[in-house]
Amino acid sequence: MSEKLLVEALNDAFHVELERDPNVMVMGEDVGRAGGVFRATAGLRDRFGPDRCVDTPLAEAGILGTAVGLCMAGWRPVCEMQYDAFSYPCLDQLITHVGRYRWRTGGAMEFPVTIRMPYGGGVRAPELHDDSPEAYYVHTPGVKVAIPSTPADAKGLLAAAIREPDPVVIFEPKLHYRTMRGEVPDGEHVVPLGKARVAREGTDVTLVAYGAMVPLAEQAAEALEDETSVEILDIRTLKPLDEDALLASAAKTGRVVIVQEAPRTAGFGAELAAILAEKAILDLRGPVLRVTGYDVPYPYWQIEDAYMPSVERVVAAVRKLLEF
Amino acid sequence: MGEPGVPPRTLRRVIGDGEALPDGEVEGLDERDLIELYRGMVLLRTYDERSLVYHRQGRIGTYAIFWNHEAMQVGAVYALERDDWIFPSYRESAIGLLRGMPASTVLSWWRGHPAGWWNPVDYNVASICVPIGTHVPHATGLAWGRKLRGEHTCAIAFFGDGATSEGSFHEGANFAGVMRAPVILFCNNNGWAISTPVSAQTAAETLADKAVGYGMPGLRVDGGDVLAVYDATREAVERARAGEGPTFIEAVTYRAAPHATADDPSAYIDPERVEEEKRNECLGRYERYLLRAGVLTEQLAEEIRGEAFETMRKGIADAEAEPAADLGLLFENTYANSPSSFDEELAELREILRS
Repeated sequence: MSEKLLVEALNDAFHVELERDPNVMVMGEDVGRAGGVFRATAGLRDRFGPDRCVDTPLAEAGILGTAVGLCMAGWRPVCEMQYDAFSYPCLDQLITHVGRYRWRTGGAMEFPVTIRMPYGGGVRAPELHDDSPEAYYVHTPGVKVAIPSTPADAKGLLAAAIREPDPVVIFEPKLHYRTMRGEVPDGEHVVPLGKARVAREGTDVTLVAYGAMVPLAEQAAEALEDETSVEILDIRTLKPLDEDALLASAAKTGRVVIVQEAPRTAGFGAELAAILAEKAILDLRGPVLRVTGYDVPYPYWQIEDAYMPSVERVVAAVRKLLEF
Repeated sequence: MGEPGVPPRTLRRVIGDGEALPDGEVEGLDERDLIELYRGMVLLRTYDERSLVYHRQGRIGTYAIFWNHEAMQVGAVYALERDDWIFPSYRESAIGLLRGMPASTVLSWWRGHPAGWWNPVDYNVASICVPIGTHVPHATGLAWGRKLRGEHTCAIAFFGDGATSEGSFHEGANFAGVMRAPVILFCNNNGWAISTPVSAQTAAETLADKAVGYGMPGLRVDGGDVLAVYDATREAVERARAGEGPTFIEAVTYRAAPHATADDPSAYIDPERVEEEKRNECLGRYERYLLRAGVLTEQLAEEIRGEAFETMRKGIADAEAEPAADLGLLFENTYANSPSSFDEELAELREILRS
């Protein structure tokens, strides 16, 4: 174990996985010479060469589109999208090919591509550096999606994505790249996809969260410590979802509040709420509540704190549910 | 020619008209090659004409006609080695037949049956690309990926004039130039993207001019001349294998048939120009060239047509003999490791359909 920043844990995963498998290559804008604008890929070009850590033209659809062809040539490309909202051009390739090509070949060919990007707000950045676009990706058949909330999970989920035979998208909470430090296993470390994590044990209400909303949920739980016992479920993998863990926690506490940074309508929280409505109705003592971003473009940063789910909003939702 | 720079305005041509224009020849092609090219063109022509009949008989679904595109497909593929990869659009749906793919596979694709999904590795022919131009980066990626492995294979992507307006064409072509990928970008400029003429597609004087911006040579060729297409593609393949990177080929022809079976071009196309193109269609032109050269006899031509017809007769029979697809296939092949919810959903679906 070593203590690492979240972004250092990602970098560690890269060094381990590129060393372990000579077919793994990293590609994206500024990932090579600069080591990535957040330094997630630092040192890879020097260590593994410019053919395995490739500075690409500025072309997100081109990055993912050529990655499809690289997969056909036996590579396992890891594509960096420089920011959440810069990734939208790549949705063309993701939806029309990445999620479908395996199926289109009758399962004969694999497309083990990993797409990763920093996501989320709270970093006082200009427009389109703050989005939480996970719902677009989760909605695409053939694609798996994971969002780590801790340095150890960042390393382990990225490693799992790289080793996975199916396409995986990893959203990394950029707010915590350099503000969160944690113990990270040295060497090979894989956190299997499809497994949620109980981040905090509790008995009265469950906060369901992922990515940057997990530390927020933890702060809310502490604020409520004298009032109620809060359990926190860190979803970790949005698809495939660990339904068993979700239903088990709902059965245990009977109350669920979902915390989601993305806009509300048809966000991933709606999917979680629908599953609870379908499968946990008799366990629930009150409605499933959502604390989310609003259905507006991510705002100017001087008022972004009002947009982001806050400890106060989560606490208010929990109190409302307890009083139901 | 063959160097980056402003592409030539004139179209390469080998086949004459039997009158004022003299016939040329392509170095390195012997009589056997000339007949093989003919065989390929007859096979694709027969595929296309029979498919139109099958569509009218309700035996296949909507079908994208490629009548008069055979010279481009056959000429280009003949310049490749078996290890080289082909990335077809739906206009080249039957191009796998040139690599030994059964006609029943392609017919099954147009019948919407899973037997139409093939393993690209079996033929080095990628899946049919439906969204326009989105396979250009795939071809670039494969060629680049092979080059990174020190292999000397190349890839070719087929697309139409309309595709050159798409962002993915630009990104794929630009990547190809930057990575010096051994890829051939083969544009069949048939003048029309459904009802949109090429003049409404670009303000560039020629599509080959686009190559300049990607730092690759652009070649222009008569798309109805199988020998000229072969010659240009061979040159591009040689450049690719020599490590000199990508080439853009603009093959110019005219779409003398509807875009697809669901299209009625009478609303937009010039019927006189279509009739002229039909009189000068690529298979007839090549056939007359071979007869003039004394390479082909009527008897051999009849034999080759018979073979192709038999391939299609067997193809449609085999496609129609495919057992109905099990609905379990709904849930197969999307993932290597399917989520457990698929099992539950399939069980539920079977139960509902049973009751």
